[in-house]
Amino acid sequence: MEAVIKTEHLTKKFGTFVACSDLTFEVQKGEIFGFLGANGAGKTTAMRMLCGLSLPSSGQATIAGFDVYKQTEQIKKNIGYMSQKFSLYEDLTVAENIRFYAGIYGLSIRDIKDKTAELLDKLGMQAEAKKLVGQLPLGWKQKLAFSVSLAHSPKIVFLDEPTGGVDPVTRRQFWDLIYYAADAGVTVFVTTHYMDEAEYCNRVSIMVDGVIEALDSPKNLKQQYEAKTMEDVFYKLARKAKRAEI
Amino acid sequence: MIKVSNIVKTYNKGSVQAVNDISFEVKRGELFGLIGPDGAGKSSIFRILTTLLLADSGTATVNGFDVVNQFQSIRNCIGYMPGRFSLYQDLTIEENLEFFATVFDTTIEENYDLIRDIYVQIEPFKDRRAGKLSGGMKQKLALCCALIHKPEVLFLDEPTTGVDVVSRREFWEMLKKLKQQGLTIVVSTPYMDEASLCDRIALMQGGHILSIDTPQNIIASYQKTLYAVAAPNMYKVLTAMRSYEQTESCFAFGDCLHLTLKGDSTIDDVSKYITALNFTDVQIQEIVPDIEDCFIKLLKEN
Repeated sequence: MEAVIKTEHLTKKFGTFVACSDLTFEVQKGEIFGFLGANGAGKTTAMRMLCGLSLPSSGQATIAGFDVYKQTEQIKKNIGYMSQKFSLYEDLTVAENIRFYAGIYGLSIRDIKDKTAELLDKLGMQAEAKKLVGQLPLGWKQKLAFSVSLAHSPKIVFLDEPTGGVDPVTRRQFWDLIYYAADAGVTVFVTTHYMDEAEYCNRVSIMVDGVIEALDSPKNLKQQYEAKTMEDVFYKLARKAKRAEI
Repeated sequence: MIKVSNIVKTYNKGSVQAVNDISFEVKRGELFGLIGPDGAGKSSIFRILTTLLLADSGTATVNGFDVVNQFQSIRNCIGYMPGRFSLYQDLTIEENLEFFATVFDTTIEENYDLIRDIYVQIEPFKDRRAGKLSGGMKQKLALCCALIHKPEVLFLDEPTTGVDVVSRREFWEMLKKLKQQGLTIVVSTPYMDEASLCDRIALMQGGHILSIDTPQNIIASYQKTLYAVAAPNMYKVLTAMRSYEQTESCFAFGDCLHLTLKGDSTIDDVSKYITALNFTDVQIQEIVPDIEDCFIKLLKEN
């Protein structure tokens, strides 16, 4: 086992407000790790620290072996990121988007060409290469955005609510891509509001008021909280939250 | 209460078909759900019924008023909560509510009964600006503002999108109470599990209604026998089941796989196949489908 995300007592304060408190956990190579929590629990703040976008107030963390205080640029080169809100440029074509992202991450022109062919082939989107991304159905956009986030072969990919608003069939096709990537050794760190998707993760953490309240496999969590589904586990934990309305 | 007949709406000079010849009715006092993913046409229908958008063709009435010729009468008797938060960010909670009350020529006091249960939850923060509120609080304020003139019909466009499970359950509790007070409610959602909380639903995709009925009847009309398959390594079993020639459909569903078979294949056939592949500890049982199963099946048939 090789831990690619490692945090110890990771804490972030904004003035007197403790957004994330004492986060200690590890995520292994090739693991699909579900990062859950109610609105306002501190997920986004934690993710920003892990991506090297926000300095912690205290505690330690390494991402792909790089330190979150001193090696943020190396972290950015070794991770991929996609969210429902920001993914691709709508007024660039499919091929242009791939070229743009791969170029930003420093791939050579030859590699970009190979990568483009490979991605289009894997997604069955050869016919759409010259279409504007804005004209694609949402589900296709999301699948493309995920593949683009993997174009520079990152060790870890962070997915922030990747399947919001997507139909149930496309949502499952999206998860096929996640499994495929994890099987190839990519670590997947994912947030979602769909609790059935929590069941697809190897392990899940649930944040409540800035603290990781629970962390285990869905099966063990359901046993521990005597719940039938992950939705019930989540509900039992998250309804105790006091600061959700602040 | 609401009657929609052959509504068509296109964008970009006809190149985007948002609503494709849709007809349905909503009865007085009903809690009616438009269920579907982004791009299904839900918001366009809302905007047409709330008189904010003109259809290309077709007719619609709300509370007996025509959406084109009698839009003023409609605006007085409906409440509308759009998908995007659209209150005044730089007014406080109380100022927003007062503003909406004044616009409709009423006062907060006059209709306080209708909003009390919801408003007391945000009242401690009534001097806070709307832009500084959490998602859950914004949602409650928006609902109060949509209710303050005592509408007869409430239109809620994706009120629970991006909202966590706890707030979602609370929100549906509020809707249930409003329904008990006699309000007609039309609500849209991309979450299939919320469908069962509606009296009747329309399952939508790509501007079409795939099915419209009570959730119970939609589930009852699922023709196939559905099986749940549970195993220690779900992904491997999923891959194996997809290459099984008797599999009609197989997809991940929470902590198990949902499976339908071709022709008259049975569980025993599946067990034999799975055992031959050396999978152990695989459990298969017949289950009752839910709305998401029905939606997936309808998507594949269309």
